Amino acid sequence: MFESLSDRLGGVFDRLTKAGALSAEDVKTALREVRTALLEADVSLPVARSFVKSVESKATGASVTKSVTPGQQVVKIVHDELVAVLTGETDPGKLKIDNPPAPILMVGLQGGGKTTTTAKLAKRLKEREGKRVLMASLDTNRPAAMEQLEILGRQIGVDTLPIVKGEDPVAIAKRAKTQASLGGYDVYMLDTAGRLHIDQELIAQAAAVRDAVNPRETLLVVDGLTGQVAVEVAQEFDEKIGVSGVVLTRMDGDGRGGAALSMRAVTGKPIRFVGLGEKMDALETFDPERIAGRILGMGDIVALVERA
Amino acid sequence: SRLFRRDEGPVARRVLDDEMLEQLEDLLIQADMGVDTALRVTANLAEGRMGRRLSVREIKEALAAEVARIMAPVARPLPLYPSKPQVVLVVGVNGSGKTTTIGKLASQFRAAGKGVVIAAGDTFRAAAVEQLQVWGDRAGVPVMTAPEGSDPASLAFDAMERAKREGADLLMIDTAGRLQNRADLMEELAKIVRVIRKKDPDAPHNTLLVLDATTGQNALTQVEIFQKIADVSGLVMTKLDGTAKGGVLVALADRFGLPIHAIGVGEQIDDLAAFDPEEFAAALVGLEG
Ligand SMILES: Nc1nc2c(ncn2[C@@H]2O[C@H](COP(=O)(O)OP(=O)(O)OP(=O)(O)O)[C@@H](O)[C@H]2O)c(=O)[nH]1
Ligand SMILES: Nc1nc2c(ncn2[C@@H]2O[C@H](COP(=O)(O)OP(=O)(O)OP(=O)(O)O)[C@@H](O)[C@H]2O)c(=O)[nH]1
Ligand SMILES: [Mg+2]
Ligand SMILES: [Mg+2]
Repeated sequence: MFESLSDRLGGVFDRLTKAGALSAEDVKTALREVRTALLEADVSLPVARSFVKSVESKATGASVTKSVTPGQQVVKIVHDELVAVLTGETDPGKLKIDNPPAPILMVGLQGGGKTTTTAKLAKRLKEREGKRVLMASLDTNRPAAMEQLEILGRQIGVDTLPIVKGEDPVAIAKRAKTQASLGGYDVYMLDTAGRLHIDQELIAQAAAVRDAVNPRETLLVVDGLTGQVAVEVAQEFDEKIGVSGVVLTRMDGDGRGGAALSMRAVTGKPIRFVGLGEKMDALETFDPERIAGRILGMGDIVALVERA
Repeated sequence: SRLFRRDEGPVARRVLDDEMLEQLEDLLIQADMGVDTALRVTANLAEGRMGRRLSVREIKEALAAEVARIMAPVARPLPLYPSKPQVVLVVGVNGSGKTTTIGKLASQFRAAGKGVVIAAGDTFRAAAVEQLQVWGDRAGVPVMTAPEGSDPASLAFDAMERAKREGADLLMIDTAGRLQNRADLMEELAKIVRVIRKKDPDAPHNTLLVLDATTGQNALTQVEIFQKIADVSGLVMTKLDGTAKGGVLVALADRFGLPIHAIGVGEQIDDLAAFDPEEFAAALVGLEG
């Protein structure tokens, strides 16, 4: 539905065939298009704005290779900057789950994919790292939420904490901790009810759960199709609960995934995984290159510039 | 941005110039309206007003009026038909709020004295059926189920027979969430529609696409493809109790003109409201009370 950045820039730079340095004027025109492309990809406005600024300084005066157009050159600069921001400065390393039993807390808005991701990650830890995992649902709110996790646990062969009706989330979390210690589990995962970032009561409840178990990782699960609100959501969850990493779901859709950039830029927290479907093995580690190409909506232009 | 600096106060006047228009555009973009629509809306606002001195409140009111004007024609409640049963098919991407919205709608229909049957057409997701059963209990409405993994189209077919036999006024059919770019899942949906039509060529009488207000520009593609495959007749936008403004609805109204029947404003059974263009527009531009 939306033009890719290379299409957009192609139009702007069609008349500019000669090679040489990019003039400040060329760069300005191009960056207007970059901004629009980012916004159409759902990158949050403040993030798009500061991103464009940092590209501007890099692009002005950059020399243009003979065999590519200035437009392609700008795309390359934008792409590299995107990858840089998405990658971050320090390698986040592996999930911090070495001291058994290590708690992982899953949080996020309603319907983002927490329960599904909890099970997918449990399966991954079990199969790839040989961990013994216990999953517990703290969702006392959504109808059949606990049953959902229990069924998924059976499907993937991972234990779930027995359901006790009427217990509050903190009590369930403590029971999970005890059970994980006694049962010799390496990791216990706490799936929580969806909550709005502005729901002070439910946010405080999640903070109470955090205080009860001291999670080694707190993963914010976010729908990859999220629009402008991504920044606010990430900031609020990080401020009030503390987030150690992000999981972007529904990246099997045809969304541009600009939320990835927004979240990364604003929280500085690593995007750990992307969800690529409803099946239990549809979880992959985050690849900045792939997401960058996707946000720009382009295929092989970068390869083209690289080769030139 | 300058426009909303607190110390300026609501009565301070400013000339409506290009810079101000750009700030308005940014405001709309941050409400998920999308660049093109935001440009168009601000251009309309500018007409006849450029160079005038306006207070922040006046500008926001004018902007809200412009948005409300676009949205007024699509603010239409779910139409009721004399057909027995009236079949309401509910579709959308994963997690948008289909099942919850069915529970809320069923409760409203019951309150209006309608006989309702729900069919649990999500035979895929873990505990989807159990979830809907809870909603059925809350609304006081029977829920027809089929085993996990069974064909949703044949459940829909059976549900139509039962609703007819029992003289129900409404049959609401839940479906599994599916992303619109998944051709196989969209074909499964097309099949559900075909099977329903075999039983009643006028059914489904309503096909509701449930959109999540948190979603950005992808909602445009969702509407485009769901409409193509399943003949969407109306929209419901959920999660407007959050801080997402759902501005993409303006772009959707502009492009598709589909009616917006209701909005979801919470997780409780009564948290479904009629779509009010004025309220929506006021919230979108950040106009309080
Ligand atoms: N296509 C796709 N669907 C996903 C993905 N992750 C989750 N889902 C689906 O999204 C829907 C919601 O997922 P849940 O795991 O129930 O989400 P949740 O965050 O636990 O929801 P609440 O507990 O209600 O807040 C389900 O239909 C999942 O199958 C993904 O990566 N891709
Ligand atoms: N805050 C808020 N949450 C909502 C609203 N509508 C639904 N939800 C929540 O969103 C989550 C997903 O809702 P569901 O009704 O399960 O969504 P669905 O579209 O049926 O999901 P799938 O069947 O998995 O595709 C649940 O946690 C609901 O409680 C709403 O209007 N506001
Ligand atoms: Mg859940
Ligand atoms: Mg559902």
